[in-house]
Amino acid sequence: MATDSPYLLITVFLVAAAGFALAPLAMAFAWARLFSPQKSGPEKNAVYECGLQSRGDAWVRFRSEYYLYGIIFLIFDVETIFLLPFAVAFTGLPVGAFLAMIVFLLLLVEGLVWAWRKGILTWA
Amino acid sequence: MDEGLRNELSKQGVFTTKLTDLYNWGRKNSVWPLQFGLACCAIEMIAASMARYDLARFGAEVFRPSPRQADLMIVAGTVTKKMAPQVVRLYNQMPEPKYVIAMGACAISGGPFKQGYNVLKGVDRFIPVDIHIPGCPPRPEALIHAFMLLQQKIAAQTFTGAGRPRFLDPAGPSEFPVPEFGAHDLVPPNNPAIWRAPKVQRAES
Repeated sequence: MATDSPYLLITVFLVAAAGFALAPLAMAFAWARLFSPQKSGPEKNAVYECGLQSRGDAWVRFRSEYYLYGIIFLIFDVETIFLLPFAVAFTGLPVGAFLAMIVFLLLLVEGLVWAWRKGILTWA
Repeated sequence: MDEGLRNELSKQGVFTTKLTDLYNWGRKNSVWPLQFGLACCAIEMIAASMARYDLARFGAEVFRPSPRQADLMIVAGTVTKKMAPQVVRLYNQMPEPKYVIAMGACAISGGPFKQGYNVLKGVDRFIPVDIHIPGCPPRPEALIHAFMLLQQKIAAQTFTGAGRPRFLDPAGPSEFPVPEFGAHDLVPPNNPAIWRAPKVQRAES
């Protein structure tokens, strides 16, 4: 059978994929609306599930400092991935590779010193 | 359905069931306990869920750290008056249908601390308890037994009629009042809708 359009197959796939994604959601929604026993109350609908009384709103602002802190953490987290093979292969490394690695480390340390002096690491 | 006809059909390889039974079968084999322990009974609860006693055989190995995902509260340990409001609040936050196992002497009556000034004399003063297990602490086998009793209780539940569970009864309460930690005692000291002081009857002498 010759297909009229090469896009027909893609369209069929797209519709099937959307169906796979939407059908469980629709079933869960229908089950919740039709069959699940609804007994809601102020505590069941509280912002936070906790034995203590929830206070305030779920929509709170994070300080932008948090993201700087997070980025610095991420950089040094990734650095450890390079540090381990560096340490394992340390004795067999040529001078060029050793220098390249040291430059890489010093660059990161310089960034840390910069952030430190900026006062980002002090959690106010 | 007639039992004889059912037997006859099952001999022919036709499996029949009721919607109620199917629903209850699904629910009783997938009870998710709330992951919280109050005292030493919790150690036995942990032992029951681990490989040696293996609560997973009964479909209850998924201990949920959030009350919104749990449907069984195992009150494992001493409920102090300071802790009671938190226990009731956690129970309120669990979605229906939900069940409570009061595990150990402390949870069912205050146990060895019954005469103490700061121990709740039974968690059933504030939340409806389905199964009580005595013991100090109860062994994991006792918890498994309580769990099997709970499964029997779930399997016997009906959708309609006067004996239907709370979650199918629109008039049933959705939340239970949370007591406050007062100056001398919890305020109120119990929930009169579900608990009444046992009447002491003395023999005539």
